[in-house]
Amino acid sequence: MLILSCPVCGVTAEETEFQGGGEAHLKRFGPGASEDDFESYLFMRENPREVHFERWRHAYGCGKWFHAARCTTTLEVFGTYAAQTTEPPKDLRDKISEKRPNWTWREFK
Amino acid sequence: MSEPVTALGGASADNGIATLAEASLQGMISLRGDLTASAVKKAVTSASGAAMPEQGRVTAEGDRALCWMSPDELLLLCPYDAVGETLDRMHKALAKSHALAVNVSDARAMFRVSGARAREVMAKLSPVDLAPDQFTPGMFRRTRLAQVPAAFWMPEEEAFHIICFRSQAQYVFDVLTVAAQPGSSVGVYQE
Repeated sequence: MLILSCPVCGVTAEETEFQGGGEAHLKRFGPGASEDDFESYLFMRENPREVHFERWRHAYGCGKWFHAARCTTTLEVFGTYAAQTTEPPKDLRDKISEKRPNWTWREFK
Repeated sequence: MSEPVTALGGASADNGIATLAEASLQGMISLRGDLTASAVKKAVTSASGAAMPEQGRVTAEGDRALCWMSPDELLLLCPYDAVGETLDRMHKALAKSHALAVNVSDARAMFRVSGARAREVMAKLSPVDLAPDQFTPGMFRRTRLAQVPAAFWMPEEEAFHIICFRSQAQYVFDVLTVAAQPGSSVGVYQE
């Protein structure tokens, strides 16, 4: 079971108090975008083994969105961080590198 | 003018391992706004008499209390009859702030679970660490009770106050009754 810490209200709880919101850091391609860009925005999702970045919502708590970095095989949570960002913070990426050397995820590593 | 009633008409049960009771009518005012703004802080502390609660905590003063709901939301508890007057004062104090104060007294239900096994009853229903050294009086927790959202705090040792949506009051009372049924004690928090 995943144990997440909400960076907004400081509560640490297991996953049933939260709601998963899918892949993190998607860039939206809307009207006027090329069909390829729109297709990848709409349908193409990461399905990695190990390091993954996701959006979560503290649905039964403060109700706020945040980001989480976790391992899909061990369910280890590397850290959670604010929703108001377009990329994982540097210190978190360094922390992941210590535990999972040579990880890559989309354009991040 | 219609007569205000609680969701379950004051239902109670005390034949189980903890005493359950629906609280009488409770005035509740929900406030949304920037909780770091001094005008907002002043409005709620003067309306409640209680100090500004820290993250995840509740502060009480007499029959009024301030509950920390999220970084931009507070819940003010006051006597049911005093809501109108309290709300007027808050609206005046918040006139120039981007904030919203609303009377939600009739949209919520409140329960009290008490007794030496109250922690156990709550721990059966919510994903919260309720060990005596982890959850203490003064803390305020929004979480779920079985399948519905709820918030609770401990006004004193061996007692919980629970707030839930009024439409889910019967469900909450029913799951509490099951969690507290006679002979269902686990003994996890007692030596």
